[in-house]
Amino acid sequence: MSSELSDLYQEVVLDHGKHPRNFGPLEGATHHAEGLNPLCGDHFTVHAKVEDGVVREARFEGSGCAISKASASVMTGIVKGKTAAEIERIFERFHRLVTEGPAEGDEEDLGKLAVFGGVHDYPTRVKCASLAWHALRAALGGAREPVSTE
Amino acid sequence: MIAGSTTRAGPPADRPAAPRLDPAAIRAEFPILRQTVRGKPLVYLDNAATTQKPRAVIDAVRRYYEEDNANVHRGVHLLSERATRGYEEARVKVGRFVGARDPREVVFTRGTTESVNLVAQTFGRTRVGAGDEVLVTGMEHHSNIVPWQLLCAEKGAALKVVPVTDAGDLDLDALDRLLGPRTRILAVTQVSNALGTVNPLPEIVARAKAKGVPVLVDGAQGVPHLGFDVLASGADFYAFSGHKMYGPTGIGVLWGKREHLDAMPPWQGGGDMILSVTFEKTTWNALPYKYEAGTPHIAGAIGLGAAVDWLSGVGLAAIAAHEEALVARAVEALGEIPELRLFGTPRRRAAVVSFLLGDVHPHDLATILDRHGIAVRAGHHCAQPLMQRFGVAATARASFAAYNTLEDVDALVRGLQAAREVFA
Repeated sequence: MSSELSDLYQEVVLDHGKHPRNFGPLEGATHHAEGLNPLCGDHFTVHAKVEDGVVREARFEGSGCAISKASASVMTGIVKGKTAAEIERIFERFHRLVTEGPAEGDEEDLGKLAVFGGVHDYPTRVKCASLAWHALRAALGGAREPVSTE
Repeated sequence: MIAGSTTRAGPPADRPAAPRLDPAAIRAEFPILRQTVRGKPLVYLDNAATTQKPRAVIDAVRRYYEEDNANVHRGVHLLSERATRGYEEARVKVGRFVGARDPREVVFTRGTTESVNLVAQTFGRTRVGAGDEVLVTGMEHHSNIVPWQLLCAEKGAALKVVPVTDAGDLDLDALDRLLGPRTRILAVTQVSNALGTVNPLPEIVARAKAKGVPVLVDGAQGVPHLGFDVLASGADFYAFSGHKMYGPTGIGVLWGKREHLDAMPPWQGGGDMILSVTFEKTTWNALPYKYEAGTPHIAGAIGLGAAVDWLSGVGLAAIAAHEEALVARAVEALGEIPELRLFGTPRRRAAVVSFLLGDVHPHDLATILDRHGIAVRAGHHCAQPLMQRFGVAATARASFAAYNTLEDVDALVRGLQAAREVFA
């Protein structure tokens, strides 16, 4: 694989894309939202169980490309134990990563999310990487309509 | 000598020599193809989305802006005369290209989508009422579905759909059943943009006509590969786009039968479509201007005229034969890739292959191919109902044009093999 491609499709990304974690329905979920990318038909539902303002658990269902699935998989792991405000801050940092590229301190602050640093070379794939995030933010914000990347 | 039997040099009369084109010479006419993409020579296989433009088209547009630019049908000055002549000559060329008997039946639009909307909003609105039916097919592009849905919703009419078989052909028995006493129009594509299916239009039109149902043919994907003969087809309307036939974007055509165009109300109001305006009453201009409100895309029309000249110069038959060879090689070579699933095995196919590789998402596939310099389309191809019919959200699609080569097909195969390695 060429080096640029391996930047995008890092082992971790391929692994999460193939074997997504936290995949399936979530019993006792308090928040749900659908996210869809009309451009490619990717479609996820993100479930979250929120107690005392903290996301205790998050899972997702649906179908999408390796990037969107891996992103949803990593995200649902990372947000556990976080408040909506904390999740918002992580998302902002993550969004900067996938649109502008890696910056100093990313590895430390973003942890596993840093594997999506290659996405910024592929502007058409930014929506794939952020789809599940948009759905989760909509769920926590009490959205009733599915969110769309368009 | 028996009548009709002549001796002459060359191939026998029943098997004319396949017209040939020289892909290298054709490629040399397309400046954009000279570039490398991500360090690799560009292999452009997204022609069903839009084709590249030959030098002749680019020059025609540039020449118009550099030498003749003025508004049409208005000025008495020389530039306006030249612009008007260029615009109207393009109409004549385009009309002749699709076999229209009268250039006044050729309406310039923004593209196929606008052409279909025009018919739905004029012909459709006067013909379709509550309880009536509009018939489309399961392989239509959204642009030949949604305008009819809007019309049906407004009128309380029902949208009926001719189903698609597993092979990707239209179910013609079902067509007969669906053509009923309340069917007011049949809207059908000449070629499926997602599968490449070439529909048997003469037969379809004949069946509709037998029941007195007018037919609109979406020629966006058909005209660059097969051409069309509007009179021989028996169709009532033919819609197509310039940019899929080597012409500019933003220009398209609606051909309509004179009797319909005369009877239909205007669509958009504005300049150029009127004869006289008072606050009490406005009278419409003659055909085709009645349907061309506002300053048209003059440069686009002139560019489309140049594209038609270019297509005629190369020869539609030669292009069709060349593309047939490409798509045959593609079907064969892709069929040999393990886990590759081709969508549709239509009786006749034009220049398109749609596929999935294992459980690799087509977007991932397209990104990897892009890294190899290969442009393909990944997605639902604006044909979501057809995707649902085949139980997938999206496919990858390679589509061919006159300038593609067998080497392009080989590059696609190598790219797909590389994708298999990434996602093994």
